[in-house]
Amino acid sequence: MSSSVPPQRPAALRRQPVRLLELRREIPRRWYVSAGVGFIALFLIAWIALTAGQWVSPIFLPSPLAVLAELRSQAASGVLWQDLWASVYRIMVGWVLSTVLAVPIGVLMGNFRFFEGLFEPFIDLVRYMPAVAFVPLTILWLGVGDAQKFAILFIGVFFQQVLMIMDNVKTVPREMIQVSYTFGLSQWEILRSVILPAAMPGVWDTFRITVGWAWTYLVVAELVAANVGLGYRIMRAQRFLETDQIILGILIIGLLGLFTDYLFKWSYRRLFPWALQSR
Amino acid sequence: MIASAKLQAQHVWKIFGGQREAEVVAVQDLSLHVGVNEFVSLVGPSGCGKSTFLMMAAGLESISAGDIWIDGKPITGPGADRGMVFQSYTLFPWLSVEENIRFALKKSNLPRREQDALVREHIQLVGLGGFERAYPNQLSGGMRQRVAIARALVYKPEMLLMDEPFGALDAQTRLQMQELLLAVWQAHRTTVLFVTHDVEEALLLSDRIYVMTARPGRIKAEVVVDLARPRTLLDTESDPHFAALRRQVLTLIREEAQRAAASGEFIGAT
Repeated sequence: MSSSVPPQRPAALRRQPVRLLELRREIPRRWYVSAGVGFIALFLIAWIALTAGQWVSPIFLPSPLAVLAELRSQAASGVLWQDLWASVYRIMVGWVLSTVLAVPIGVLMGNFRFFEGLFEPFIDLVRYMPAVAFVPLTILWLGVGDAQKFAILFIGVFFQQVLMIMDNVKTVPREMIQVSYTFGLSQWEILRSVILPAAMPGVWDTFRITVGWAWTYLVVAELVAANVGLGYRIMRAQRFLETDQIILGILIIGLLGLFTDYLFKWSYRRLFPWALQSR
Repeated sequence: MIASAKLQAQHVWKIFGGQREAEVVAVQDLSLHVGVNEFVSLVGPSGCGKSTFLMMAAGLESISAGDIWIDGKPITGPGADRGMVFQSYTLFPWLSVEENIRFALKKSNLPRREQDALVREHIQLVGLGGFERAYPNQLSGGMRQRVAIARALVYKPEMLLMDEPFGALDAQTRLQMQELLLAVWQAHRTTVLFVTHDVEEALLLSDRIYVMTARPGRIKAEVVVDLARPRTLLDTESDPHFAALRRQVLTLIREEAQRAAASGEFIGAT
């Protein structure tokens, strides 16, 4: 017998126990967030305990308060802002130079076997060469100005970035290109109005990852022949064993890297809502 | 040459590899024709080369030997005279349903208002009214293939090439899509070459069926599907003649599958 009365929703539902450690199981969001925050807090507490209890000499590990005091004095004297601007400017120019070349070359390599054959052996050769080792050469070639800093960032980023962009382009399904031919489009029209928009989300992710690398290469770029910059501040502090300055510099670079990463993630969701999994 | 043929293939071969690699004969001396406004299916065991033939007819794969003509003109490459629907989803994910269908009109030079009217008409045709602004990642598999069909029809190609368009769908959705295609085709007759390994699907939709041999693919038999039109899924499939034809085609395919298994040939995916 099928009744026409809709079934009544049970008043009380069975409580599901929280299982934190089960293969691939979703956990409540507050657990997820507090675990991450808690781990960082634990790290901070260990730092405070080690320094406050005089377990280690402040030369080796200054207290968080000492680092904070250093931040305040650098901000007050304006050194911090000078360093910040110098470094952000170098990273922007170095990364943009790399990207402006990597995108067209990567797109050609991902679409035409000829260009892949032409460039890949050379790029594979260079990309394993250590960027640090280019410091003396770049000073010889470009002097001690910002151009040399851009060059180090470029060498660190470009040769990996171009291969990643090639791979981003190659993920565009062949059938998507084939079906476009049946609409009567030429290969250049397909490249511009099918392959490029289809590859854009992947390329954006490559941008996010490679900007992160640019941050890690900053210290290398400011290793020698710099007189301002976050990386330079760390190198100088090393000479005078000012560990509070070193830790402050490392923390600032870390936070700025995190911030750019977040910026790219946020704009990705804005620019490519169609690429997000909606089910 | 058959005068009334929209598409004609004569002694077509496709051989992959060669030079330093081992040669694979995918299509062997294949001849067939598709009449104007005729619905013809190509069925055969997996890996028999039926999709390869379709790609050659689309101009997306080169022909090793022989010729394929459309309206008496040999195929030299892909063109807007042949619309294509693939098994995998080929919608542009950054475009809405409406924009995806309009994309196919890029080269039509029609004024914007006529394009709008065509797009609207074809959205209704495949029953997607109300989903104009949805994006592919918001649609089910069946709905995506509806958009793909609308997109392949909207620029009015001379013929449609369909490569297992419902192969990736679940059984229920596949039946719905077969009924939809049947209704669309019966309302707007056009020339179709349809590749499938689903015998019931081929019988329901086609005027004629070519059964292919296992690789290397040749035409093994031609079956005329003399079932009354208009057809519907339920009526046609309960027709005793449908059962007889089904038995005939399945027997032909089974012979091929067994022959291939006996000769120890590897049967890969199509």
